[in-house]
Amino acid sequence: MYDFAYHKPSSVADAVAARSGAEDGTFVAGGMTLVPTLKQRLAQPSDLVDLGGIGELHGITVSGDTVTIGAMTTHGAVAKSAEVQSAIPALAALAGGIGDPQVRNRGTIGGSVANNDPAADYPAACMALGATIKTDKREVPADEFFTGLFETALDEGEMIVSVSFPKPEKAAYQKFINPASRYALVGVFVAKTGGGVKVAVTGAGQDGVFRVPEMESALSSNLSADAIADVAVDADTLNSDIHASAEYRSHLITVMAKRAVAALS
Amino acid sequence: MPEGGTGIGAAVKRVEDKRFLTGRGNYTDDINRPNQTYAYILRSSHAHATLNSVDTGAATSAPGVLAVFTGADMETGGLPCGWQVHSKDGSPMHEPPHPPLAKGKVRHVGDPVAVVIAETYAQAKDAAELIAVDYGELPAVVHMNDALAGKSLVHDEIGTNLCYDWEIGDEAQIDEAFAKAHHVTEIDIVNNRLIPNAMEPRAAVGEYDRSTDEYTLFTTSQNPHVIRLLMGAFVLSIPEHKLRVVAPDVGGGFGSKIYHYAEEAIVTWAAPRVGRPIKWTCDRSDAFISDAHGRDHISKAKMAMDSEGKFLALKVETKANMGAYLSTFAPCVPTYLYATLLAGVYSTPLIYCNVKAIFTNTVPVDAYRGAGRPEATYLLERLVAKCAREMGMSQTDIRRANFIPADAFPYQTPVALQYDSGNYTATLDKAESVHDVAGFEARRKESEARGKRRGIGYSTYLEACGIAPSAVVGSLGARAGLYESAEVRVHPTGSVTVFTGSHSHGQGHETTFAQLVCERLGLPMSNIEISHGDTNKVQFGMGTYGSRSLAVGGEAIMKAMDKVVNKAKKIAAHILEASESDIEFKDGTFTVAGTDRSMAFGEVALAAYVPHNFPHDELEPGLDEKAFYDPLNFTFPGGCHICEVEVDPDTGVVSVQRMTAVDDVGRVINPMIVEGQIHGGLAQGIGQALLEGCVYDADGQLVTGSYMDYCMPRADNFPSFSAGTEITLCAHNSLGVKGCGEVGAIGSPPAVINAVVDALWDLGVHDMPMPASPQTVWKALKAASPAVAAE
Ligand SMILES: Cc1cc2nc3c(=O)[nH]c(=O)nc-3n(C[C@H](O)[C@H](O)[C@H](O)COP(=O)(O)OP(=O)(O)OC[C@H]3O[C@@H](n4cnc5c(N)ncnc54)[C@H](O)[C@@H]3O)c2cc1C
Repeated sequence: MYDFAYHKPSSVADAVAARSGAEDGTFVAGGMTLVPTLKQRLAQPSDLVDLGGIGELHGITVSGDTVTIGAMTTHGAVAKSAEVQSAIPALAALAGGIGDPQVRNRGTIGGSVANNDPAADYPAACMALGATIKTDKREVPADEFFTGLFETALDEGEMIVSVSFPKPEKAAYQKFINPASRYALVGVFVAKTGGGVKVAVTGAGQDGVFRVPEMESALSSNLSADAIADVAVDADTLNSDIHASAEYRSHLITVMAKRAVAALS
Repeated sequence: MPEGGTGIGAAVKRVEDKRFLTGRGNYTDDINRPNQTYAYILRSSHAHATLNSVDTGAATSAPGVLAVFTGADMETGGLPCGWQVHSKDGSPMHEPPHPPLAKGKVRHVGDPVAVVIAETYAQAKDAAELIAVDYGELPAVVHMNDALAGKSLVHDEIGTNLCYDWEIGDEAQIDEAFAKAHHVTEIDIVNNRLIPNAMEPRAAVGEYDRSTDEYTLFTTSQNPHVIRLLMGAFVLSIPEHKLRVVAPDVGGGFGSKIYHYAEEAIVTWAAPRVGRPIKWTCDRSDAFISDAHGRDHISKAKMAMDSEGKFLALKVETKANMGAYLSTFAPCVPTYLYATLLAGVYSTPLIYCNVKAIFTNTVPVDAYRGAGRPEATYLLERLVAKCAREMGMSQTDIRRANFIPADAFPYQTPVALQYDSGNYTATLDKAESVHDVAGFEARRKESEARGKRRGIGYSTYLEACGIAPSAVVGSLGARAGLYESAEVRVHPTGSVTVFTGSHSHGQGHETTFAQLVCERLGLPMSNIEISHGDTNKVQFGMGTYGSRSLAVGGEAIMKAMDKVVNKAKKIAAHILEASESDIEFKDGTFTVAGTDRSMAFGEVALAAYVPHNFPHDELEPGLDEKAFYDPLNFTFPGGCHICEVEVDPDTGVVSVQRMTAVDDVGRVINPMIVEGQIHGGLAQGIGQALLEGCVYDADGQLVTGSYMDYCMPRADNFPSFSAGTEITLCAHNSLGVKGCGEVGAIGSPPAVINAVVDALWDLGVHDMPMPASPQTVWKALKAASPAVAAE
């Protein structure tokens, strides 16, 4: 780890100011992704702005049909939240399946969404549920937020404040784990809302999380696993590594999507 | 057995666990010497390259830096190899130099290039980034076939990548038997390369005392005396009386901490040069590219059978990866610890094996939990399973038909070993009943109803441990004896310290060995201390590996205790005014036979140190005895492992549903510890079969260089194990013990893979490589029946 200056502001405004005043600053939330990167000397920020002291970034609120989760809310808190469990059980289950207890007790939704790891779980939930990512400056719909591998619509120095999820009628997430890292090798989130059915896939895409329009339209007319049994995502658009070839990922997407549909609740 | 059972056979709780579980262990990295400095090792990022220049100028003047050394500075001996194997033409193996810091060339990713010593670890690491290395990249050989084809030479000076070409058996005789066979079953087997991953990464602290000219090395070792010998005599030329090696608490080794590593020599050599103690601690990433790896064999095997399925002859050809350099025991692993085990539990009369050991641009490979015997067992038990299929016999019938009968011991195999005891039918019978094999068919149907495939797999294995008679291993090329030593020091008030040359790095010796003392001397556990790991305390030792600690180290303790009892009897006889031959010793009391005159053990001890009226020409004061024990033979644990898996044909996921291990480990001293050892071994064996696999890319970069890609087993990968024992006693040691440290890892992999193949047989999958990861299984299903996998 290289040396850096450390800040722990107590408001969003101070955090954004500290970040923009730094030569090459970065926010740190749970540190589960950032700290290993620093330890391996793969990043050398001049300043770390710790968001842990900002009270307004913590917590979960449900109002009407919307569940809003503060950026600094940990995966563990989401998994254990009675509100989330009753409003969007699939989201609570997803959070409970991230990493291990240590990671869940430190890692945050803001950090996960900002990082947009192509194998992370939350991006699939955001896309399928039609979440809105609220920053210190604006609100961005999920479909416009995740722009590529580790790439998002966030501007330099822009901070995620919260993520809002509209309550679906039914939703389910099926994750096929990478046996080594236990991130998603393929994760499929299916949600049925008044507006129709959305299917989002993480872990597999060459450009990160993506939706599967063919499955969505098939499911809109027939919400059953059979409806998508013959729908496969083109392997040419998927990534390949020692754990799964693109062909295997394509196969798993269909299997996991069918299982998610069967598990909708 | 005092204290309500702490002697042989009692499930005494591990006395060492109190400090381990409360975070109070004293590991090498916990040791901090006054004025200590820190070393960082710069390692090669290339698999194969010339070192055109290493410019350390900027690093040397960086903040906090005390010294920077490269291979050019370190004019020492190379890291020695402890075993010499000869090729079939009689020529000795090629033994290229292994400098602690690379000279002229780097040969694997991770090869040490330079060491930076600084006031802090961070400063050393910062400075290492300032070292400018001009690498001249060379093509790397990663696959053994490419290495044999000579695509690039790992060691130019030997002109070949073939380390040795060894054989055992008579090839012509074997070929004749094959020509006459009723049926021949053939198999291609790959034993996947593993990365050991002990919980505690390696570490070393080197120190030099200018006033006494003494060196001290604290290191994460399974055998501190061996390190003292290898490093002192071969690398740094420091005589034993000036070199102390301490291996304190060590957090797991599994073989990877047997070997003498470069970093130990580097910190010891550099300590007088910087005039301060030096600590080096490996981080996990560097452990992946610097700890010796395990396994990595490619083999072809065939079995000749008669019409009844009786094995007539076995022929095996194996290529074994040595990596870039010969690690301490590497040459003996694929030869004397592998080919000699190819009889297994079967009475196969003729066996031939050829082994080609090959250099590649990869991390050196050496013994890893089981060392050679898992490779032999995997090959044999996969082959036997296939023989049964081809002969239309059941998996158990073919085994029973070929078992060495229980009354045939001692049994001489055609591959040098002589088994002393065993009862393979009994372990198979017991395993089948513990496993509830009878209920398998119902369970299979139940799985099928849920769309899953269920399979069952067997492994009836045998291994050789308790290594080993020095005369035998000496004749086979070992450059050391493989005895063990012990000292039993009775203190004046009757407590006892046992110094053992064995080393405990998780095995629980402080408990098991103390139980031997409870049993023999009749003392309570609280009066016994087991001391190990310090060459200044323990007179000598060959260390812990090959499940030898109890069978060899324990026997040395027994021998020393015999001497203590004999001496104590003399003392008791003198004081009780009886003849020595009339003194009986039982439950900690010396009694004159047939009388009520007696002395407690503690009274005799006190008398030994307060010898007010000893006849000093006949009786020396003191009660402190040493012994060296050289075993008469290897010991031969064996057993039966049965695995039951469920496979999800949609995804290729394999889940182990039942794992039964019935092992013959000889006499059990502590059943809880034995069961723990077996559980750990099973976890590693199932890990090898389903999860773990080291992958290099074509350029020799390690793809599985972290836990993101190298799949370490986790608790939820396993069912609750059924581990039991079915005992025959070792016939040639006093305790009747065989060894239990490796059986789990040796026996289980073929049981798992045989189960996976069984589950998928009807779908057309007749072979399965390790690790049987979801993708590997799915691909096999797809290749076998495209319709099934595409569904
Ligand atoms: C062992 C392990 C296993 C894991 N397994 C999984 C898994 O199965 N599934 C999964 O999805 N993830 C997994 N993760 C990742 C985990 O979910 C992390 O929590 C997440 O990737 C980052 O969250 P964090 O709070 O730790 O962010 P940090 O590491 O602190 O930050 C990550 C990045 O996000 C930026 N950032 C953080 N907060 C904000 C904000 N509010 N606004 C703008 N930028 C911000 C930081 O500047 C940084 O660039 C795993 C991690 C580990 C270490």
